[in-house]
Amino acid sequence: MPERGLSRRHFLEVSGGVGVGLVLSFALPGGPAAARKTAPPGTQELNAWIRIGTDDTVEFFVSQLEMGQGVFTSVPMLIAEELEVDWQRVRAQQAPADDRFGRQRTGGSASIRRGFDEFRRVGAAAREMLIAAAGEAWSVPRSECRARQGVVIHEPTGRQLRYGELAARAAALPAPTDPPLKPRSEFRIVGRRVPRLDTPAKTDGSAQYGMDVQMDGLRVALVERPPTLGAKLASFDASAALAVEGVERVVEIPSGVAVVARTTWPAMKGREQLRVKWNPGDGANVSDESIDAQCRAAIGRTRLARDDGDVDQALAGAASTVEAVYEFPYLAHAAMEPMNCTAHVRDGECEIWVPTQTQSGTRAAAVKITGLAPEQVAVHPTYMGGGFGRRSATDFVEDAVHLSKSVGAPVKVVYSREDDMRAGYYRPAGTSEFTGGLAADGTPIAWRHRMATPSIMRQKGWTLSDDIDGVVVEGARNLPYAIPNLRVGWAEVELPISTHWWRSVGSSHNAYVTECFFDELCRAGGVDPVEGRLALLDGHPRHQRVLRVAAERAGWGTSLPEGRTRGVAVHECFGSFVAQVAEVTVGKNGRPRVHRVVCAIDCGDVVNPDTIEAQMEGAIAFGLSAALHGRVHFAAGRVTSANFDRYPLLRIREMPRVETHIVTSGDPLGGVGEPGTPPIAPAVCNALLALTGKPVRRLPITPVG
Amino acid sequence: MPEYRLRVNDELRTVQVDADTPLLWVLRDELGLTGTKFGCGGGYCRACAVQIDGAPGFSCRLRVADVGARRITTIEGLSPDRSHPLQRAWIAEDVPQCGYCQSGQIVSAAALLDRNPDPSADEIDAWMSPNLCRCGTYNRIRRAIQRAAREGTRDEAGSEDA
Repeated sequence: MPERGLSRRHFLEVSGGVGVGLVLSFALPGGPAAARKTAPPGTQELNAWIRIGTDDTVEFFVSQLEMGQGVFTSVPMLIAEELEVDWQRVRAQQAPADDRFGRQRTGGSASIRRGFDEFRRVGAAAREMLIAAAGEAWSVPRSECRARQGVVIHEPTGRQLRYGELAARAAALPAPTDPPLKPRSEFRIVGRRVPRLDTPAKTDGSAQYGMDVQMDGLRVALVERPPTLGAKLASFDASAALAVEGVERVVEIPSGVAVVARTTWPAMKGREQLRVKWNPGDGANVSDESIDAQCRAAIGRTRLARDDGDVDQALAGAASTVEAVYEFPYLAHAAMEPMNCTAHVRDGECEIWVPTQTQSGTRAAAVKITGLAPEQVAVHPTYMGGGFGRRSATDFVEDAVHLSKSVGAPVKVVYSREDDMRAGYYRPAGTSEFTGGLAADGTPIAWRHRMATPSIMRQKGWTLSDDIDGVVVEGARNLPYAIPNLRVGWAEVELPISTHWWRSVGSSHNAYVTECFFDELCRAGGVDPVEGRLALLDGHPRHQRVLRVAAERAGWGTSLPEGRTRGVAVHECFGSFVAQVAEVTVGKNGRPRVHRVVCAIDCGDVVNPDTIEAQMEGAIAFGLSAALHGRVHFAAGRVTSANFDRYPLLRIREMPRVETHIVTSGDPLGGVGEPGTPPIAPAVCNALLALTGKPVRRLPITPVG
Repeated sequence: MPEYRLRVNDELRTVQVDADTPLLWVLRDELGLTGTKFGCGGGYCRACAVQIDGAPGFSCRLRVADVGARRITTIEGLSPDRSHPLQRAWIAEDVPQCGYCQSGQIVSAAALLDRNPDPSADEIDAWMSPNLCRCGTYNRIRRAIQRAAREGTRDEAGSEDA
């Protein structure tokens, strides 16, 4: 993907920002990248570059990074829409680290919802400059000129100039700060099923991932890291490792002991020959049982995150109450491409090739280690073999930079699957305890939710507002149901296990526990789960709408074959609203089988419907994989589920049919990458509750029977 | 180091590597065929799938010394120009998300269609279950295989030429 070096063409480069001036630069043929690249004072958040070649090619630099979510296509769609170019001529590449793009990080399902207007303004600004250039060339008022499909037309005379012919002249013109945007009714690209730009290269093996980086003199390294939580290096003997043919060096770096070899296999083999002594650390006794026990024990120490009405009084006066304790495990991202990074530290510069979710974080990590200035660190993002939040961390970057600095050659650090699974950065485990109170007619009138989890924010050194970790309570604290007496508490569990953003973050467990407990209340009150939800969602029309659409399309309330039941869940996160209805049976082995999932999403607006459908399918698979199989196991301080035999992922034979319905509401844009994940676990568990009468209070789901 | 002559994508290639080097790393590091991916190293994900005499195999679990005269086909050898019916179907269905597992998926599926030109959904599931896809593109994989079965013919693929 990322082509290096500039082609020898005239280019118009335009970059745009939020409500600020635009930057122009002009590359001379065969000359250096930019003859006049100066950002005006006060410039901020520059987010896209456009290059127009004299041969009419249009190239976009996309700062948002492709990890499978489709941003490499959807961002160009937004720019191209306003630029008025032929989509077939659009080329894209990922943008390197560059301050003119502002903070470069891809995550939080934020690219499109934050950039919908901004990317269009970038395209519109360039379009206006091309129009102005044509007006100048013909000495006619620009109001008589119009841009269409890569040409500017002088309407009174029908004269035309191609963008390629106008690029040089346009580059010399001032950039408009507030270019007019097209009305929606004139969109020709946005909202359509546009094929992904990255698909062809992903069908013939040519797409370049970090793992595929090759260059002259490249060395490959594997790092032996602490075998148990918190262990510290005592000593090591490298002689046997160095005896492996192809191994060149054994180097100590902060994360462990690295074996550096000419190619990958000798590095792997050499690492097995290392003799390393470790001093056990504070986590040497951590086990599955101790994690569960610590979470349960912490429940009594919750701090208030929300307190409506009087829960104690309402529970005391309730016609009936329901109590439940839910438990959820640590989860790994398990991206198919194990973590890796290639770095080349030379005198006065550092170059990095890496599958990352953050150019900015990568650069900052390298700056910290090398002491170089930011502009001396070049970051070349490659395609990512999955991200899911994991690649916003920079542990692998740090290893590569340390090693290249030490070895004096370009070094590619490769995590084995076991390294990847043991490296930490997990979705937190936790416990949620509920007491619900029902009125005589079955209506929920009291909801007490006490949860205990480790704090992602605290582990990252962030400040907790009101001593509550806002990300781990997300989706629980903002429960949408109109229950007059509602209390949510959170307790921090201190465990020496690193946690991180995992696709949908707090909502990944909070949707599970709250939507399952809501079904328990419905069952106790004799209320239909869809009706029960709708009744308490007044004032939440977007929840109601997706719930109605999913229920109706799923045939909620209609009969199913014997042994098959439906379950429903609805959840809001990252600005989008998703409801799912799952149809489930239980096999002879007691394992649930999900046959069909009907999914309704309201993400406000649509850039590429095919991408939204793909993300719903993928998010459902991701959430279902966790619900059926996901648990990072610990024993004696060690991760014991280090490969896919003990950390199974969903396979094709387990994949349900997925039907996605996109509800456009005209409301503000929401994210698409994450919101499809949270509802599937509770939808499946609620179907099992309907089938067996027993709630599923622990994930992953244990066989029924 | 010993020398091995391998038949990869209908070319004879010579490599000098340790006898226990997995075929995966020979392909990737020695022959520059990086379309075949490293996923788990344990035979659990089949991101490393290649065809060995036409059958899908785990290149991470096959020592170079054990390859012998068998014919190895990688994603790069499937067609010179993305013209294999499965590649065309993959593009038509816009299957990949991150794309990392897709070489292994396509190479595995190609071996299926060679044996069974019109597989049912259950037959596809059974054959393709060793291949993991973390992005969850499974439904599109199923659709693409069925599309290739419907639209494609083996003759259009380039791998049988030489």
